[in-house]
Amino acid sequence: MTSKILIAGFGGQGILFAGKALAFTGLKADKEVSWLPSYGPEMRGGTANCSVTISDEPIGSPIVDKPDILVAMNLPSLEKYLNETEKNGYIIFDSSLISKEVVREDVSIVGIPATKLATDNGLDGLANMIIMGKVIRETSVLTLDQIKNSLSQMVPAKKAELLEKNIKAIELGFNY
Amino acid sequence: MAEKVLMKGNEALAEAAIMAGCRYYFGYPITPQTEVAAYMSKRMPKIGGTFLQAESEVAAINMVIGVSACGKRVMTSSSSPGISLKSEGISYLAGCDLPALIINVQRGGPGLGGIQPSQSDYFQALKGGGHGDYKLIVLAPASIQEMVDLTFKGFDLADKYRMQTMILADGTMGQMMEPVSLELGQVKEYDKPWATTGTGTHEGRNVVNSLSLSPAQLEEWNISRYERYKIVERDEVMYEEFMMDDAEICVVAFGIAARVSKNAVMEARAKGMKVGMIRPITLWPFPKDALKNASKKVKSFLSVELNMGQMVDDVKLAIDCEKPVYFYGRTGGIIMTPNEVLNKLIEIEKGEAKAW
Repeated sequence: MTSKILIAGFGGQGILFAGKALAFTGLKADKEVSWLPSYGPEMRGGTANCSVTISDEPIGSPIVDKPDILVAMNLPSLEKYLNETEKNGYIIFDSSLISKEVVREDVSIVGIPATKLATDNGLDGLANMIIMGKVIRETSVLTLDQIKNSLSQMVPAKKAELLEKNIKAIELGFNY
Repeated sequence: MAEKVLMKGNEALAEAAIMAGCRYYFGYPITPQTEVAAYMSKRMPKIGGTFLQAESEVAAINMVIGVSACGKRVMTSSSSPGISLKSEGISYLAGCDLPALIINVQRGGPGLGGIQPSQSDYFQALKGGGHGDYKLIVLAPASIQEMVDLTFKGFDLADKYRMQTMILADGTMGQMMEPVSLELGQVKEYDKPWATTGTGTHEGRNVVNSLSLSPAQLEEWNISRYERYKIVERDEVMYEEFMMDDAEICVVAFGIAARVSKNAVMEARAKGMKVGMIRPITLWPFPKDALKNASKKVKSFLSVELNMGQMVDDVKLAIDCEKPVYFYGRTGGIIMTPNEVLNKLIEIEKGEAKAW
């Protein structure tokens, strides 16, 4: 099985880190993975996206132009990739930032107010991980335990507080 | 088997260089390869190496000449416009027969161009970016594992043949992350009796120089250099064949274009089309024999590149124009989709495509 994931939003929302967390978790689960960021002047503001592929087979092109799973963290990204998402795929979006109704009959559409949840729970800046929790819940690409486990390996020990917050964010999204 | 780690191409390549015994790095930042310099600036001081951000690309390549003349493994990295600046120094390295590793993480050109991936420096790397009769060993990685393996090997080839190895990567290879094994084996040491290490280590003076005002001597130097090049062409060709056994159309692509094309080949196969691929790993030496052999079996070739058509000329030369060669390319920083390549293959099969 191959999952092509596209995570897109504004620069500064933690798009690239969220993708890296998925890719790293895939690696730890003995999958083939690739992670490809958009790069350039979008570090702060502007649009940022990253392509993540998690597969049981060697990966050809690392570029995800037609995602199985689209994670949209702003309206321009949603509008850009809405019709590119594969049939029977998933569109998971931040409903606190996107108020427009999302219509497509042949994909699963899941809204979660990730940015609002982050603010309400003292997890500012972790909307990215809240929405990753939802991705894990809705799709079968990876398990909650796998991503929690790999985060503990990604976040250095001296930043234990960050790890705790990231895990809290993932669980919040997962259980929403 | 060593545990695999998830690394960015630029960083993995830098680590591989260190593992290959490189302790001298000179560079100047430019997107999309800046992570190479950033990584070196962190690592080199910790292992007793030298990281130096030069005042310009020209200065950096001249520092490479100096260190290589002293017999040490040394590298520089840049992206397309920066490689143009280094080209004078690369010609001098060739003229002095000094081993060096030069990284080009290509971006769109010409001129300042853009910062997105491209393969439009093929001509520059293969046909001489600098002046004079010389060749570079040009390696084209198509995965992060190859970024690592070819960097390690690139140093070895440079020392073995007293040549300059260029890693011709592109923005995607520099920026993407994939699992990579850093188990690279033993570094092979080469005697460098020509190195300018002082008279304490050898008799008489060693001089490293590319200047000769005697035409007869300069010709002799060039001829002996080309004799070495012949050995490289005979012994060091690397390429990958994919689904070529019964192929009727042979895709030729390297680097990221080969990754995209591989998807297209598989989609074409799923439609019952007989398509395969030859992926050059060494662009120089070019896998001429593999293509020539394939030309006896296939009906046509399709060269897929991120440029306006550069390698396609070498494909035609390699097969002596015995079969039609088609071309598909995108440029300016745009990467083709597998579907675009598939459509071109369908056009070729239907006889609707125009040959290059």
